[in-house]
Amino acid sequence: MKLLKLVPDNTNIHFLRWQWPFFIVNVLAMLGAAALLFTNGLNLGIDFVGGQMIRTTFTQSAEAPVTELREEIDALGFGEPVIQAFGEPNEISIRMRLPDGADTQPELSAQMTNAVTAVIRANHPDARIDGVDAVSGRVSGELFETSILALVLASIAISIYIWVRFEWQFGVGALFALVQDVLLTVGMFSLTQWEFDLNIVAALLTLIGYSLNDKIVVYDRIRENLKKYRRMPLPELLDLSVNETLSRTIVTSLSLLITLVALLVLGPDVIFGFTAAITLGIFIGVYSSIFMSAPFLIWLGVTSDSFVPKESAADRQARKAMGRAEP
Amino acid sequence: MLDFPPWKRAWLWSLTVLGLLCAVPSLVALAGGSLPAWMPSRTVNLGLDLAGGSHIMLEAEASQVAAQRLQTMEESVRDTLRQATPRIRHGDISTSGGRLTFMLEDPGQVDAARGLLEPLTTGAGLTGQRDWTIEVVDGTRFVLTQTKAGLEVATSQAMDSATEVVRKRIDALGTREPTIIRQGANRIVVQVPGLEDPEALKELLGQTANLEFRLVDTTALPSDVAQGIAPPGSEIVPYAADSQTAGGLALRRLGGIRGDSLTNAQQTFDPQNNTPVVSISFDPQGAQRFARLTTENVNRQFAIVLDGEILSAPTINEPILGGTAQISGNFTTESANQLAISLNSGALPVELTVVEERTVRAELGADSIGKGAIAIAVGTIALVLFIFATYGPRFGLYANAAVVINVLIILGIMAVMGATLTLPGIAGFVLTIGAAVDANVLINERIREERARGRRPVQAVESGYREASRAIFDANITNVIAAVLLFLFGSGPVKGFAVVLVIGIITSVFTAVTLTRMWVAGWLRRARPTDLVL
Repeated sequence: MKLLKLVPDNTNIHFLRWQWPFFIVNVLAMLGAAALLFTNGLNLGIDFVGGQMIRTTFTQSAEAPVTELREEIDALGFGEPVIQAFGEPNEISIRMRLPDGADTQPELSAQMTNAVTAVIRANHPDARIDGVDAVSGRVSGELFETSILALVLASIAISIYIWVRFEWQFGVGALFALVQDVLLTVGMFSLTQWEFDLNIVAALLTLIGYSLNDKIVVYDRIRENLKKYRRMPLPELLDLSVNETLSRTIVTSLSLLITLVALLVLGPDVIFGFTAAITLGIFIGVYSSIFMSAPFLIWLGVTSDSFVPKESAADRQARKAMGRAEP
Repeated sequence: MLDFPPWKRAWLWSLTVLGLLCAVPSLVALAGGSLPAWMPSRTVNLGLDLAGGSHIMLEAEASQVAAQRLQTMEESVRDTLRQATPRIRHGDISTSGGRLTFMLEDPGQVDAARGLLEPLTTGAGLTGQRDWTIEVVDGTRFVLTQTKAGLEVATSQAMDSATEVVRKRIDALGTREPTIIRQGANRIVVQVPGLEDPEALKELLGQTANLEFRLVDTTALPSDVAQGIAPPGSEIVPYAADSQTAGGLALRRLGGIRGDSLTNAQQTFDPQNNTPVVSISFDPQGAQRFARLTTENVNRQFAIVLDGEILSAPTINEPILGGTAQISGNFTTESANQLAISLNSGALPVELTVVEERTVRAELGADSIGKGAIAIAVGTIALVLFIFATYGPRFGLYANAAVVINVLIILGIMAVMGATLTLPGIAGFVLTIGAAVDANVLINERIREERARGRRPVQAVESGYREASRAIFDANITNVIAAVLLFLFGSGPVKGFAVVLVIGIITSVFTAVTLTRMWVAGWLRRARPTDLVL
């Protein structure tokens, strides 16, 4: 029986020969993502800016009366709603910013929610309110802070773990990879203007976990090879390690992507953004595992001696003495 | 590495079977069936985003607690100094700046006054701090300041009793299985499964239900009242927004009765005009005070004040001695009933405002479960095929069996732990399915490599498991770090996701490393293969 081998045996691609082009592409992509964030911004959901989101299904219509709704809600004087289709064309989400003065009077946002649901119910008898989310300004501010804190803490904790288990160069490499994964994924959200909410932060935390997973497998192999082939030139050794783990990287990522794509296409619409973020992140993570794990270690000066226990002066003399005695 | 004595195999198999059994009730429940009563029935809880229901977060304003303590302290200080023998005379008590300040008329009474006021303070916290500090400045001026510890203790107590009041009110609504928990310093989270229209609930919880009977200051000039100017010792209180009277009345600040001495409140109808009213009964003490208030003020007007708004201001025609009264206002049957519930549950010690609300209709939740189940099924089947194609019938089977068992054991553990499955949790399942394969991919790739280097099957398998274990361990630790932070910082549904991830990481090591190794070892021993199809 012929088995599927996505990466042929004895594959030997000289990834390091392309380290500079890949690095430049990488840096450009990150700069692009950062520029997008500054110019385009993120389509922040109510979790982070406060406000309300109402999900409605128009059970008797093929398509939701978006234009009418926009006018009706606009006429309430709470500001313009953002109306988006959501799964089927007769399902929509209506998002609104917090009304003015809601910081000091939290009850205003509740009044807005009531007014909007009331006007939808009154004008569209077939409207079924599927869900209401309302978040006040104070809560959204906290959610934003804790999200950022969680991301930063996770990145630092993981980098420290890798530093302890490997060497500091590996920790720095991992941190760079983390920043890259998060920045590019967030950049994608800026580009597409998909809604960025709490779930997306959860997705980012998840994907840095998995992306680091990849890097650790490569690092582990580098460590092993550094001990095994003491004489091999470093670039060659790094290429060897990446190539040896290439098949695993591809197979695992494909496994994840198979299940994620199933979720993306067939799963609940409510978590589309969440799944999309993780899917994107897996792609970006594979790229950084294959192309960026190794060069960083060279630049940061990993050597074959990094994993050899430090020899004390006395030991060295003893060894030299032994060497002279037994040529 | 490949040595599995019978007792070890028996142990691993029974663990596996136990895990699988725990998943059965949840699987049957998710499929819409039910098990015979004698079977264990712990199923996985569904989060509100899947089961439908309302999540409401209420917040109390800490400054309100401070203001109330200030007022209570002012009354106590006034009473204590007045009742002292010899009486201690003092100037006006100022409450500006959140502190009580007043001057004694006789500097010689400072020590006596201090001795009387000190017992009014109590210890707060563990450091021996008091809840108020009493200072005397410039010889005769007393300054009473609330300490931070005192305020914290008071807020915490207020939140405890507010939580209790919230629970009573929700129970009175007859909703099923609400979850009510205090969160942080000044928040309460209410979760009611199955509640799809939380308006009534929000209104009920938004009502402080602080009922007062206060005397109308008849010396106030109507023109002053209209401008919002009240005579000394009085304040302007507005009529309720839905009452038929506009404007407000000047009410005396002191000398009224608070509605906390009620034994019962009930919605009834006024026999004269058949409009909805709320009948209340006082406890003996309250009845006595109410009798005195009405006896002393016959033919004067008093106001029924609810949460700082006047409901009605009737004139006292005759003393009310029976300890019962009627509150009239511009009520509907519903709002009168709501007020009765609120009064019965007691007043909220602090005003609560809704700062977060998330409501999901049950249909939407069911829809999510359905779509999630389909996505899991399709994803799993596609993955199983991919793994068979990559690692062949034998090693593919081991890896795939490990994945399927892993999913079921996660479900079983969640059911036994009483963990909650949320919508992101479903995504966690899907992700875990993909990730659980990773350990087997690492192992199998390693075995392939070792074979390619010319090792014999048993040695190749053995070193494959040994060498891969290290990377599997390190990689899983990073995932655990991320998942633990998700759990610590995430909100409800995201927490559910983190739970699935953590359980999945642990079980996947068990199924993908330990179980498959046992299977492979058994096969190697029985078949003694000369080559591995991998």
